[in-house]
Amino acid sequence: MSLVDHLPVLVVIIPLMAGPLCVLVERPLAAWGLALAAAWLSFAAAVALAAQVNGTGVISYELGGWAPPWGIEYRIDTLGSYVLLIVTGIAALVMVAAKESVASEVPEAKVARFYAALMLAFAGLVGIVATGDAFNVFVFLEISSLASYALISMGRDRRALTSAFDYLVMGTIGATFILIGIGFLYMMTGTLNMQDLAARLPEVWDTRTVRAGFAFLTVGIGLKLAMFPLHLWLPNAYTYAPSVVTAFLAATATKVAVYVLLRFMLDIFGIDFALGRMPFEYILLPVGVIGILSASLVAIYQVEVKRLLAYSSIAQIGYMLLGIGLASTTGVTGAILHLFNHALMKGALFLALAAIAYRLRSTSLQDLTGLGRRMPWTMFAIVIGGLSLIGVPATVGFVSKWYLVLAALEQGLWPVALLILLGSLLAVVYVWKLVEAAYLTEPRDDVAVQEAPLSMLIPLWVLVIANVYFGVNTEVSVGLARQAAAVLTGGAG
Amino acid sequence: MNSILLLALIPLVPLLAVPAILVTAQRPNLREAASLLTGLLLFGLVATLLGQVDLQAPPTLVLAEPLPGLSLALSPEPLGMLFALVASFLWPVTTLYAIGYMRAHHEDNQTRFYVAFAASIAATMGIALSANMLTLFVFYELLTLATYPLVTHAGDAAARRGGRVYLGLLLSTSIAFLLLAMVWTWQLTGTLTFTAGGVFSESVDPTILSVLLVLYVFGTGKAAMMPFHRWLPAAMVAPTPVSALLHAVAVVKAGVFTVLKVVIYLFGIDRIEQLAVADWLAALAALTILLASLVAMTSDNLKARLAYSTVSQLGYITLGAMLGVAAGVVGGGMHIVMHAFGKITLFFCAGAIMVAAHKTRVSELDGLGRRMPLTMLAFLIGSLSIVGLPPFGGTWSKWLLVQGTLDTGMWLLTATLLISSLLNIMYLVVIPVRGFFAKPASDAEGLQEAPIASLLAIGVAVLGCIVLFFSPDPIYQLMNGVFR
Repeated sequence: MSLVDHLPVLVVIIPLMAGPLCVLVERPLAAWGLALAAAWLSFAAAVALAAQVNGTGVISYELGGWAPPWGIEYRIDTLGSYVLLIVTGIAALVMVAAKESVASEVPEAKVARFYAALMLAFAGLVGIVATGDAFNVFVFLEISSLASYALISMGRDRRALTSAFDYLVMGTIGATFILIGIGFLYMMTGTLNMQDLAARLPEVWDTRTVRAGFAFLTVGIGLKLAMFPLHLWLPNAYTYAPSVVTAFLAATATKVAVYVLLRFMLDIFGIDFALGRMPFEYILLPVGVIGILSASLVAIYQVEVKRLLAYSSIAQIGYMLLGIGLASTTGVTGAILHLFNHALMKGALFLALAAIAYRLRSTSLQDLTGLGRRMPWTMFAIVIGGLSLIGVPATVGFVSKWYLVLAALEQGLWPVALLILLGSLLAVVYVWKLVEAAYLTEPRDDVAVQEAPLSMLIPLWVLVIANVYFGVNTEVSVGLARQAAAVLTGGAG
Repeated sequence: MNSILLLALIPLVPLLAVPAILVTAQRPNLREAASLLTGLLLFGLVATLLGQVDLQAPPTLVLAEPLPGLSLALSPEPLGMLFALVASFLWPVTTLYAIGYMRAHHEDNQTRFYVAFAASIAATMGIALSANMLTLFVFYELLTLATYPLVTHAGDAAARRGGRVYLGLLLSTSIAFLLLAMVWTWQLTGTLTFTAGGVFSESVDPTILSVLLVLYVFGTGKAAMMPFHRWLPAAMVAPTPVSALLHAVAVVKAGVFTVLKVVIYLFGIDRIEQLAVADWLAALAALTILLASLVAMTSDNLKARLAYSTVSQLGYITLGAMLGVAAGVVGGGMHIVMHAFGKITLFFCAGAIMVAAHKTRVSELDGLGRRMPLTMLAFLIGSLSIVGLPPFGGTWSKWLLVQGTLDTGMWLLTATLLISSLLNIMYLVVIPVRGFFAKPASDAEGLQEAPIASLLAIGVAVLGCIVLFFSPDPIYQLMNGVFR
């Protein structure tokens, strides 16, 4: 076997190995270099995988040569390769910006361990997507979650400790629920392989155990993806974590959780079970809509920009849930597309905040005054990211909104379409709070602030340009999302 | 030159002015020369395109395809060419005016001003030439965003407040209604391309069509239909050249232009005539005309009065569109041109008065004609053109609109137009009349006219008002082209 055949596992192994190595080398700069190299290698592997999936179809990789369903199978399909691209791409960009930001926010003695934890979190997320084994999902979920708790607790503010603890409690409950759910499925089918599960489940659809397993999984995954009203851990965790961690997690962790939801509900259980026999859409639609509106309203009243964007993230997750709940190819396309698009927006916005935190040591709204003149590039990036969040045409946000509104109208649910647009209007309000603070107030005289270093600006602007590029040329993003959605919904309209 | 290349260049040329302006930021003379030259070049390009393109079989330039089957595309058609021609002609004129105004007023951030101005014109050109509703929507939103820094130019609390209303109303109506209407249209018909005679098949339920029409009209916040008109007076915090070109010509006309496009090319005027809701919208437009006139009468601030006059005049065009007869649509299209020249003259004069005499209130203008005779004369001509009296351009568009209301037999609308003309006299023409004949409040200090560059621009605009009376035919023929 050549190296190329091992790509599905390499994409996970590289960061997993880089983690312990970071601790061994100990020197901050070397640890950063290792992490950077691992992230980019992993990204390269993901690109190669995506090309391979696009060319030859689903890739199945037998771990240790044991054939599934006995051995563990790694399975990369269109959806998987799409999410892998997002996660590794964001990780690679965030790593570039991490050097300066981490040096300023994390004590030097901890830096190497910080990168080790970041690599483990990254490896866990990639693993969840790459694996084709339900129990493996749980294992990788725990790897990434435990590493995330550690990462969040390294924030400068002491409140980082309590928010990490909150997340630990909520996250563990979520993970336990997922484990129980998987256990129930195993009990009924005797298999953990996803394909095998999907094949065997219809026979036992009508048992209470399977239904209970479905419920446990829904709630467990809901906790992980901060589905309203299970989102309480998220704002604090995003606010007090080191800036780089926020950028990384916001753009990847919740996306992977959405992926897990899609995988379990639509692929393993299948759309007939989830939406036909279980009232899944009656949960997702209201939860999505209420999430969008309530979180956007709360975001409007925030004075800490990181927290504002954290609430906005909860609202954006609402859009994805809504898309899945609409239960059509268009709706799921919208959800998958928004998964990609939201990663671009929030990645850009939180990286910009990292740049601001680097210069100002604060990201509260009142400290943003007059920053449009002091840090023109960073602030303009926030403006474009914000416009994308609103869904202004020629940005990626517009494309996702288009599909979600179209999906709602296809089902004749025009009130839902109106509510989606109302969510955009609320976004206008909270985005414009930032714009007014940065551009329409006089700069404060007491602090001398200059533009962020290039190592942060370049990854930031790569994401910003991606926001516009994929808003105009959607061949790749929409094409892949549509393909994946068609598979998940069985091509049903 | 190749028509496709011209199509690409027209929105691009104003954008190219941006780097030119930035490079010459330190040297105001060069910077303004760059703005002026690009303006002239742009007008030349639009005129060339009009001269050589066959509007009955226009070429289409596809810029990108952001959604499968839905492209960003440009394609000239008569109404769009008319709009592009007016906006591109008045841009260099306004730049000329701005040179005098901005310097005499010692405004800050002039480079940002010229950059945002150029970007706004680029967006306007995109709107004018858009081949489908999606393209129009994209440029429509870009225009809102590009004009925002101009509205908040002063950067103080009042500007911030004005900017909030401006952006809030324009963005929210367009996102909540226009976008919804557009996606709905796409879902119903599978196309958003502007097509002569409309895109909806006979089988589409008239109730849905009525809802869609309402969504389109209210979604186009830039058309300033009441109750979504508040952004226009709010935008008056901007420097006067902005109010003159953008809030009397480019932005507001982009609004009514969108309404006309939707009526002609998405619904088709025959369909509009059948829809009862169109009559209600026409009635609402009539109400907007009258109410806005009444508010204008009570506004003492000159720019606010002009803004409400604009709201009222935009109502004319929306009304014409909702009539569902050819005369209404042609009259509406011509009114875009006629009102543009009349209103830009008035704004130029208001700015000139502000710069030269430091007066912003109507009540302070008594006897000003003795100090600023040229400006006041121009103001008189501009107002007469808006009232619709010969020998000024406004006569023709009002004539056609009245004829349109007579064609539909809705005599109440005819009456509205005539009453509105009387109201126009009462709140516009009265200003220059008092300027010449009333006794000045303070002692006159001899002649004190506006800067020469500004006067030149005023002269061009006034000349436009007169020329359009004597040769309206090219515009009439062009507008009639939409039905060929």
